[in-house]
Amino acid sequence: MTSANKPAPDSEITLRVNGKPHTLHIDNRRTLLDLLREDLGLTGSKKGCDHGQCGACTVLADGRRVNSCLLLAVALDGSEITTVEGLGGDGEEPHPLQRAFLDRDAFQCGYCTPGQICSAIGMIAEAAAGHPSQVTDPATPSGRPVPLDRSEIRERLSGNLCRCGAYPRIVEAVEDVIR
Amino acid sequence: MTATSLGAPVERREGRQKVTGAARYAAEYHLPGRAHAWPVPAPVARGRVTAVDTSAALALPGVLAVLTPDDAPRLAEPEDATLAVLQGPDVPHRGWCVALAVAETLEAARAAARAVRVTCAAEPHDVGLDPGHRDAYEPKETNAGYPGRVEHGDPQAAFAAAEVRVDTVYRVPPLHNHPMEPHTSTAHWDGDRLTVYTSSQGGTTVRSVLAQLFRLPEDTITVVSEHVGGGFGSKGTPRPDVVLAAMAARHTGRPVTLAYPRRSLPTTVGHRAPTVQRLRLGAHTDGRLTAVLHETTTHTSRVKAFVEQAAVPARVMYAAPALLSSHRVVPLDVPSPSWMRAPGEAPGMYALESAMDELADALGMDPVELRVRNDPECEPGSGKPFSSRHLVECLREGARRFGWAERDPRPRSRTEGPLLIGTGVAAATYPAAAVPATASARALPDGTFAVRINATDIGTGARTVLAQVAADALAVPVDRVGTEIGHSDLPPAWLAGGSMGTASWGWAVHEACAELASRLAAHTGPLPADGIETRADTAGRADADSPYARHAFGAHFAEVAVDSVTGETRVRRLLGIYAAGRILNARTARSQFTGAMTMGLGMALTEGSTLDPAFGDFTETDLASYHVPAHADVPAIEADWIDEEDPHLNPMGSKGIGEIGIVGTAAALGNAVHHATGIRFRHLPLTPDRILTGLLAGG
Repeated sequence: MTSANKPAPDSEITLRVNGKPHTLHIDNRRTLLDLLREDLGLTGSKKGCDHGQCGACTVLADGRRVNSCLLLAVALDGSEITTVEGLGGDGEEPHPLQRAFLDRDAFQCGYCTPGQICSAIGMIAEAAAGHPSQVTDPATPSGRPVPLDRSEIRERLSGNLCRCGAYPRIVEAVEDVIR
Repeated sequence: MTATSLGAPVERREGRQKVTGAARYAAEYHLPGRAHAWPVPAPVARGRVTAVDTSAALALPGVLAVLTPDDAPRLAEPEDATLAVLQGPDVPHRGWCVALAVAETLEAARAAARAVRVTCAAEPHDVGLDPGHRDAYEPKETNAGYPGRVEHGDPQAAFAAAEVRVDTVYRVPPLHNHPMEPHTSTAHWDGDRLTVYTSSQGGTTVRSVLAQLFRLPEDTITVVSEHVGGGFGSKGTPRPDVVLAAMAARHTGRPVTLAYPRRSLPTTVGHRAPTVQRLRLGAHTDGRLTAVLHETTTHTSRVKAFVEQAAVPARVMYAAPALLSSHRVVPLDVPSPSWMRAPGEAPGMYALESAMDELADALGMDPVELRVRNDPECEPGSGKPFSSRHLVECLREGARRFGWAERDPRPRSRTEGPLLIGTGVAAATYPAAAVPATASARALPDGTFAVRINATDIGTGARTVLAQVAADALAVPVDRVGTEIGHSDLPPAWLAGGSMGTASWGWAVHEACAELASRLAAHTGPLPADGIETRADTAGRADADSPYARHAFGAHFAEVAVDSVTGETRVRRLLGIYAAGRILNARTARSQFTGAMTMGLGMALTEGSTLDPAFGDFTETDLASYHVPAHADVPAIEADWIDEEDPHLNPMGSKGIGEIGIVGTAAALGNAVHHATGIRFRHLPLTPDRILTGLLAGG
């Protein structure tokens, strides 16, 4: 039955994921999230809503945080992707923010955690590059690094939902690595 | 060292796996040849499926099968009728599964589900909850087995004769659990042996339910729930995902994963049923209650009777010579309600504790003092003495830390520009119970210990706290104890629910380890190569009747700023002080308390669902329309506890702590909004549209 059906349109793309190149034939409907989880077995990136509403799927694409459930993989040919599995590099030691999450008990069920961590890393870089947020004082000179106080951290991480309610501990963990 | 392992802030054992992405959840078992399933929801709120045309779906590439009510495998009749999926043509509510597409990939499964043509004969539906509904009835029993009605004294007469009276109605809308991991199962058949990886709060129950439905001996079924991305009640018992995945796997001969789409969860996995709650409080002018009447009306589905026991806390909280606590329920064409964190207590204490605030207002009395004055000697509903009750101490300690004494009690007495600032207080309560469990403990020749029990960690830190319980009983350092949980090959135990997990599992672990400790004390010479093992079964003890009323208590204090221009309420501070027996792990306990308070914040301010009368569906079906609190909503939340010794609970002296944090939080916030604005809002959530309308009408 299946063999009689016309195959779904596909494409060949090459991505670097956590430093390693991957050339893949993919269904054009495939999202980056499903590519990571289904094709590469990188299940650290989570599917919470598949709609860009919860942030559990957050990864870094060319250094910027993205909801990987909203990106079609076919549009990302040549991109450099970093997932939660790639943050620690090749070493045994986790990334300092991963360590801070452990120190602060910044999670419970753990399902939003990879997204929170990737999002926070992207967020710290955005603030360092001078991107303002909704709570940034409009008088702040543009282009200079924005200091991350608690309200900045909360505002900038609000795209990452945590139903266990670990928010205060997550903010503390982020503060630990920016100090 | 060893005696102190209980209570110590030990780091989560699976934490490293969770922060590095290595922890595997139910969809993440890549079995060879695995296929994906996608459900097709009913297109009507009530009626019958008359035809399912699968031809267009089956013509799509990669599609393996479409299961329909006509050809899906037949199941034995389940005890929980929500699991009788694809067994017949009847549609009891929107979202009811009427077909299941199975395909090689997620994309193909989703496309196939959309291509299935379902024809229904629709019938008129009714989803409107109205306390005067002609079908409303008083149930004999509520959820958790409480009597539907408790009445003593002459409450109507006592209320009529009271010197001071409050007569008020509070409404809580339907609420959705929305754990971050959707309900998901991966199923695989090997001949007549079934293995499922499922996102569940209790694998032992999943196994017994599957055995009954598929007419299999339990020992042919393996259930794995290694990591679970939250549940909050909605994964307490099996949901349709595990049944459908097993049916699809049997039908196709392939391993199948079914991860419910987020937007299907509200209609599929249970919700907190809405309540309309009438509260009548009568008191003397000195604040002593003379009558407490709590009457609640809720809905249930046509599929099963679930009665949210919102009037039950009135049987626990305050001394009054006359008490009425009663429930009415209306069966409607709605999705089946079920457990959501602190069913009964969360909505019930919102209403009761808001009404207590109204009474304090009417009396001109401090709301903390009103609660202290009515602290009962014995449990009002049963007359039993409390095993321990330190609500007054929680209120006093919370008031001290919050700076309650400096509060100007007059409503609308504090402003900052357009912001109206207010503070509020509410009490909390939750039952402290346990159920039987089994566990094994083994001492190994290398000096380590292995504890095994089919407990589940849904984010509570079960692995860690059970290791602490074991280390304490064995008098060894906690790092010498390994714990295995989340697998049905392990000694069976009840689910993570009713705030009973740790008490029940810990009891069995403690007994197995205490027995092992005495065996080791009597043992001479080296241990045998496979060590020495003991087993415990707490049946008959954990479920024994107690002469005591056993509950945890707490006090919540809140400060809010209400924007008089936009109507937006922002939380500034939230403090919870609890008396919950012995706290077994200070780190994970604090996280559970503050996490539940955050859910209470959502209940108060942001979360609410609506049943659309025309279509019969929930209108808030995803996370963009149903607002769970986000980072920016959650300020400093603090939780702490007082030391409480209670010898009438379990060997650890612990009370459950997973749910009490949501109980009373919404009332504390609502009372703070009243203090800020001078207006009493009685319909949750307190969203800007409601606040602004109130301010414009009343201010």
